[in-house]
Amino acid sequence: MFFPISNADINPIYLVVVGFIIGILGGFFGVGGSFIAGPALRLMGVNWNYAVGTDLAHIVGKSIVAARQHRTLGNVDLKLGLIMALGTIAGAEAGAQLIQALKRAGNVNTVVSFVAIVVYFGIAVFMLWESGTTLWSGKKSSQHRTVKDKASKQDHSVFGPVTQMIQRLRIWPMISLPTSGIRAISLWTILLVAFIGGIFSGFLGGGAGYIRMPSMVYVLGIPTHLAVGTDLFEIVISASYGTITHAIKGNVDILIALVMHTGAVIGAQIGVVATQYFAGPKIRLAFVPLPLIGVAIVVYTLITGQKV
Amino acid sequence: MRRNTTKSLRAFAIELAVYSILVVIYFFLVLHLLGGWLFYLEAQHRYIYAAVALLLIAGQAVALDTVTTLLFRFLRGRWR
Repeated sequence: MFFPISNADINPIYLVVVGFIIGILGGFFGVGGSFIAGPALRLMGVNWNYAVGTDLAHIVGKSIVAARQHRTLGNVDLKLGLIMALGTIAGAEAGAQLIQALKRAGNVNTVVSFVAIVVYFGIAVFMLWESGTTLWSGKKSSQHRTVKDKASKQDHSVFGPVTQMIQRLRIWPMISLPTSGIRAISLWTILLVAFIGGIFSGFLGGGAGYIRMPSMVYVLGIPTHLAVGTDLFEIVISASYGTITHAIKGNVDILIALVMHTGAVIGAQIGVVATQYFAGPKIRLAFVPLPLIGVAIVVYTLITGQKV
Repeated sequence: MRRNTTKSLRAFAIELAVYSILVVIYFFLVLHLLGGWLFYLEAQHRYIYAAVALLLIAGQAVALDTVTTLLFRFLRGRWR
């Protein structure tokens, strides 16, 4: 099938399958899946700028489906998602500016790559330790049953005391997040978490869900199921913004995104349903390979000197 | 439990088959018809193209999500 906008010839079945895989990952983990979609499009000869922009457009569609499904399961905190979207958009702009500054200094690739490797690797090791220890400690006795009721979505984590300490920081204005079960948390803590996620999004492209989802769980203390659903809702807003800016710059082939999305619809629904059968620590444990894939991509970029 | 799983898998397989047929029709009708117009917009009117692109992907998301949900409900023989 020929796609005239990006001047690429791609088998639509390939696009549907890629969309399907990303849909499952997105529905289950609350990530955009840009670390798969970008390289998958590049593999078919789509120019890098089109791969990034088209991926964002596809993320919007996939996240709408997954967020709608999560909403029916009560896994979306709209208030938190809207606040985080503001921080993410600001962070993405700051990240883009930082990239420009590093470009002028002439060492953008080295700095960004090493920061990304340390951060991603750190997240993977930390989540492996935390989820493993939490599961091992056996605090949650009902891990084998489905996780449909609200009470069973409340997570136990060995990192819990640190999270509570962060929640006790009294920096005005304090807000409550009843849906997430948080009585009071500083607005600035939420914005900071979203801002940092946005900076990484600006640095490395995509939605940077592999940073934001763990941050929501460990820093803000959001239960894992709600973090997944809310992250998807937040991605809808921030990726829509990204789609518009990239489309104006001529980086979006919407026909490719539409075809990929037909597979993602089914995949996202499977991913969302699957979250019902896993407790929070198990979802976090299964999440560990995702930042490691990010590390592999950055190492590849460093070695070959080109973006995948 | 096993009976429910088998029923769900069978419903999913049928849903996938029906969905695939719908998607193929969609490719050949909608995308083929829209292709030229979107190509023109992308080349000549970027701001309109950006808005149309976002509306298309969001509209498709809502439409396909509704179709798959209805298909699944219909095939399982009950409404949630």
